[in-house]
Amino acid sequence: MKLSDTTVRELKRHAHQLESTSTFEKFMVVFMVLFVIAGIPALYIQYVEGHIVTGMRDNVFWGVYIVNFIFYIGISYAGALISGILYLLQVEWRKPIIRIAEMITVISTILGPIYILLCMGRLDRLHHLVQYARIQSPITWDVIAITTYLIGSVIFLYLATIQDFAILRDYDGLKVGKWRKPIYKFLAVSYQDTERQRNLIHRGITIMSIIIIPLAVLVHSVLSWIFGMTLRPGWHSTIFAPYFVVAAVYSGTGVLIVAMWVYRKLYHLEDIITIKHFKYLGIILLVLGSLYGYFTFAEYLTNWYGSEKWELELIYKLFSLDEFGWMFIFAAFVGVLLPIIIIAVPAFRTINSISFASAIVVIAMWVKRYIIIIPTLETPLLPIQETRIEYIHYSMTWIEWLLTISGLAVFCLFFYLYSKFVPIIPISETSETDSKE
Amino acid sequence: MGAGAISGAGMLAACDRKDEAGSDKKVKVMTTDGKLVEISESEISEVSHVISNEEARKGDPNKEYVMVIDLAKCRNARKCVDVCQRMHNLPQEDEWIKIYYMKDSEDSAPYWFPKPCFHCNSPSCVNVCPVGATFKRLDGLVLIDNERCIGCKFCMAACPYSSRVFNWKEEGFNEESDGLHSTIETSIPQKAGTVGKCDFCPDMARMGKLPSCIDACPNGVLYYGDKKEDLVTNGVDTVRFSELIYERAGYRYMEELGTRPSVYYLPPVNRSFDPEIGFKDLPDEIRERYDVSRSKIKKETR
Repeated sequence: MKLSDTTVRELKRHAHQLESTSTFEKFMVVFMVLFVIAGIPALYIQYVEGHIVTGMRDNVFWGVYIVNFIFYIGISYAGALISGILYLLQVEWRKPIIRIAEMITVISTILGPIYILLCMGRLDRLHHLVQYARIQSPITWDVIAITTYLIGSVIFLYLATIQDFAILRDYDGLKVGKWRKPIYKFLAVSYQDTERQRNLIHRGITIMSIIIIPLAVLVHSVLSWIFGMTLRPGWHSTIFAPYFVVAAVYSGTGVLIVAMWVYRKLYHLEDIITIKHFKYLGIILLVLGSLYGYFTFAEYLTNWYGSEKWELELIYKLFSLDEFGWMFIFAAFVGVLLPIIIIAVPAFRTINSISFASAIVVIAMWVKRYIIIIPTLETPLLPIQETRIEYIHYSMTWIEWLLTISGLAVFCLFFYLYSKFVPIIPISETSETDSKE
Repeated sequence: MGAGAISGAGMLAACDRKDEAGSDKKVKVMTTDGKLVEISESEISEVSHVISNEEARKGDPNKEYVMVIDLAKCRNARKCVDVCQRMHNLPQEDEWIKIYYMKDSEDSAPYWFPKPCFHCNSPSCVNVCPVGATFKRLDGLVLIDNERCIGCKFCMAACPYSSRVFNWKEEGFNEESDGLHSTIETSIPQKAGTVGKCDFCPDMARMGKLPSCIDACPNGVLYYGDKKEDLVTNGVDTVRFSELIYERAGYRYMEELGTRPSVYYLPPVNRSFDPEIGFKDLPDEIRERYDVSRSKIKKETR
């Protein structure tokens, strides 16, 4: 197909990172690769020695791996809900940020389940999940839901990228390695931008964006039920599914804003990702933050006021500054009030401050997952009568730290590498807008 | 010919052959399903019945195993804990039967509380298992197939009584199984990366013996038996289950959770021992466990 001038201009302006790599980028890649490599010995040691090398023991038998799992599945909401809903509503400003959101979804939905694998005692029996699958178990629900969600998100991302693959295939001025052109050609599936093809893709994306929304809600509900279905204090709660869903979108939006900030700086996209995007997403963040704060308040107030023995024991652990108090303050107060104040006051609404608030949200949501998992497991119904400190209190071992940091590096690295292969600003969409203007 | 007869003949055919010439006299033998068959004498040899995994997953439909624990007689002698560990070849840190020092509030009476797996009739652990590695048998037992367990630990989350332990490391389980029973019934050897727990010793029951903890208890605290037969025994006395529960006002722990345990407790009234005796002669490490709990009760109620 013949590329219009606007498309070529768009490519030059907003996808120049495909052709050139700055020294800073190279430095960052080396840095991230080092962190990824650091995780390899940790992985090896855990595989050989077993779970004894982690901080997990009989009372706190799930640790930071499951925290990371919930966290990554949570941030995957960025693409699913934000881009799905914005697409359906035909919001015009979504265009430059929609692909970033979808990339977050796909990468974190791949990364999240890896952490659940680290949590499994017998990885060599993974196939049992299919071979002996029991539909009664919430884990089976999770396997089905996450797999479907991942496939759905990949299709969604891919459909929205086909037009760009075709552009990259047909743009002869593209200065990239020779090996890439056949890949672009393959991925473009002979798209020639005919009326019929355009309609097909459009219809496909619409269908996917409708499917992906309930699917995303389901995934996080099912995830919360792993905890909600047990009889443990702090977990056995009817509010858990919607609470998890809201917390997930909240953290996903936070990650999206942070990613926008990073790419905007890294690839100089100041003219296309503007304060408008930060403000609009900031307002979405504000609404979600209020919802999340409301859920948190409702949850803890009910448990505290009811003052059942175990619930109260758990809440006192969360309130006690010697135990989880600081984490609780950070996750429930700082992580909600600070972003709300920053975004609610017009004078504070700058790109940097909104991004800062989002970073706080992301960290707070990780801490929140930590204080959902660990304190409850430290509060079983029968008292822990133990002298071994590691059986009473959980603390992360260096293996778990390394694998957590390594996972974060993998996330960033994939995110970065993808942007070197595919424009992160959907060229086909933005050039459409341009030509209309 | 019925399918039962075929399997019976098949079992006989599996017997070891002996090379004794000249004895082709036919004898009549009865198969396990009650069919009378004829076979030459030379082909008969004794064979022990090997319990397959399928059989071990099913259990005996004519039985319903229960345990009754007399809290009035427990003084934390810990013999049940030791013998269980020895019998199942468990490392020191794994206790399938745990003895708690219970004191609900400052003014309530303390008592010792031995806690095996409750083998619930509505077992949360079984519900959540994604692969059916833990399952409920017809005779009421909740067992674990540690060849199938994937180590997700979800059953540990679901069990409200912390009855399950995870095998964190490789060492300590090297003893081989006896070859006659499925490892599901013996729970030996335990496998690293899987979950283990009290199994009510179904392998012992098949041999007509009591679980080791019952015999080991010097104070006759633990009773074991079959609810359908309405008999339980602590190794010395055999009593009617229903009468024991009725007379001593037996109850199940945390009935409100709806798990319907198979373990019943007799309240700690008219005790044989002062609970304080339970702290005597304990190794320091074990006594300290209870110190933490005791100081906590005092602190909370102050």
